Amino acid sequence: MPQINAIEVDNLRFAWRRELPEVLHIPQLEVARGERIFIRGASGSGKSTLLALMAGVNLPTSGEVKILGETINRLGSAKRDHFRSDHIGFVFQLFNLIPYLSVLENVTLPCRFSHLRKHKATESGNSLHDEAMRLLGHLDMAHTDLVHRPVTELSVGQQQRVATARALIGAPEIIIADEPTSALDSDMRQAFLRLLFQECEETGSTLLFVSHDRQLEPLFEHHIALDEINQTPVRSV
Amino acid sequence: MAILSLAFKSLLNRRFTATLILVSIALSVSLLLGVERLRVESRNSFANTISGTDLVVGARSGAINLLLYSVFRIGDATNNISWKSYRKFADHSLVKWTIPISLGDSHLGYRVMGTNQDYFLHYKYARKRSLAFDQGQPFEQVYQAVLGHEVAEMLNYRIGQKIVIAHGAGKTSFAMHDDKPFEVVGILEPTGTPVDRTVHVPLEGIEAIHSDWIAGRQVPGLKLSAEDTLKKNLTPKQITAFMVGLKSKLATFRVQREINDYRKEPLLAILPGVALQQLWDLMSVAENALLVVTILVVAVGLIGMLTVMLAGLNERRREMAILRSVGARPGHILLLVTGESLLLSLVGMALGLLLLYLGLFMAQPFIEANYGLHIPIDFPSLREWMILGLVGTSGLIIGLIPGFRAYRYSLSDGMSIRL
Repeated sequence: MPQINAIEVDNLRFAWRRELPEVLHIPQLEVARGERIFIRGASGSGKSTLLALMAGVNLPTSGEVKILGETINRLGSAKRDHFRSDHIGFVFQLFNLIPYLSVLENVTLPCRFSHLRKHKATESGNSLHDEAMRLLGHLDMAHTDLVHRPVTELSVGQQQRVATARALIGAPEIIIADEPTSALDSDMRQAFLRLLFQECEETGSTLLFVSHDRQLEPLFEHHIALDEINQTPVRSV
Repeated sequence: MAILSLAFKSLLNRRFTATLILVSIALSVSLLLGVERLRVESRNSFANTISGTDLVVGARSGAINLLLYSVFRIGDATNNISWKSYRKFADHSLVKWTIPISLGDSHLGYRVMGTNQDYFLHYKYARKRSLAFDQGQPFEQVYQAVLGHEVAEMLNYRIGQKIVIAHGAGKTSFAMHDDKPFEVVGILEPTGTPVDRTVHVPLEGIEAIHSDWIAGRQVPGLKLSAEDTLKKNLTPKQITAFMVGLKSKLATFRVQREINDYRKEPLLAILPGVALQQLWDLMSVAENALLVVTILVVAVGLIGMLTVMLAGLNERRREMAILRSVGARPGHILLLVTGESLLLSLVGMALGLLLLYLGLFMAQPFIEANYGLHIPIDFPSLREWMILGLVGTSGLIIGLIPGFRAYRYSLSDGMSIRL
């Protein structure tokens, strides 16, 4: 029985508006489950747009985006939102946390919106709190001193780890990380990635890692250069 | 609900601005409720001034004028009515009782009213409450006086004290009836009506102090001592007005018409309830203006909230994007932002209510002492709940404005975080 791919893109075209030129045209893209993919592209090459399409935040002008076998561009907007919160965890470049929530509240935030992830997080019999602490522990963030500090007082590296724990809670099938390391120095970068890989492996999540930083590329098993797969005509600069 | 707890925490994070908004809403709501309560209570107290009296009769002038001078002791009568006319209607077969009143003199700014014992028997205020004596008893002799509660209190008068009545109604008068002082024999309980500010003396007393006066001054050659005056016939020749209680309410219009059609003297009989209503309608313009102003104050409070919410929204686009990425739907964002405004309005209203009762507790004795207005500290009335409901709904509707804006942002921004 063939395994369902994490992501399948078929003849995807996207323009911000119909009258504007296309920014993305990807004839074919497949990502198997459990893979760690490095998506490279210069800034402005449409990386974030691609992620938004995969997350079902934006809809393709034509073509199909299948996530975990579900053609998400055919779903209604409420269903897409639901699907996203159930199956995709995000880590962004910077300032990932809600400033008025505690570290633990930030980590468990997805479980407020997704029953599935709440269910998965507490499946083992742990409380949500324990599960959050477990994930934070893996990311070396479980010190009581850190957990009780306002998130705005954490260092950037610490904030990114909290955001990672949040993306991982409830074991979503796909983790999308949009330049999560660009605000970190290179030592921190390596350590952060190691933790991220380790966690993805443990939960069996597919990792989509977007960056313009080629130094990180060797750490991944699969690479996609967005400039190469994107078939839109060369745009004027 | 999960999203409302987020709204609460978000507000807690901005506690300084949130507190300012709360204070402005609380103040404006307590002002609105305070004005409303004052309005209702002053209206009640106003309507309570006279009760159980079917007709008030005076010289022909205007209904409101008659009501003002006879019941509220405001202004002066244009003319007097003759004792003969009074007796004719006092002895009318349909009339149960009458209270004659004679005005025109004063004591240290308080109006002096000549009347008879029937006043203490039949005059009723509020919901048919009779006058009651705090100390002493009704007057029985010519030179005796019964004081309203405020008069006794403010001037610190006791039973047995002698007071001198001044000619005319002004606060300072140079024409004093100092040759014929009156002895205080009774002090009434507070009523919250003009009775509290009245000095009551017998009609004969009024007649006695004026017996040696002609045209507003004492005639030197005619001077009579207090004792000598008592030997004269002190039946008044004129009174200012009289109140009428009928045997049957059904006869009210018939007797009123009879009095108004009286050939021998131009008289005017009014129904106090109707005149009170007319008078109140006159004042309702000012009353409504006040209400409109306080409603505007509440509107300003809510618009202040709107301003703060809208101003903060742009900075919060990142927060919205993060929430979207963890699974919040645009509807959640709408609920979050609107929920914040709703929470602020609700808590602001609760604080406003608290402030109102705090204010009432502190101001109640002061208002009662200075304005004779008793404001009961009751649960909010149905009308006040409706006002609160309206403020809450306005808060919700106003909260929908930043709510929908955030909703639109979250649709257009998606998860892209703008720096």
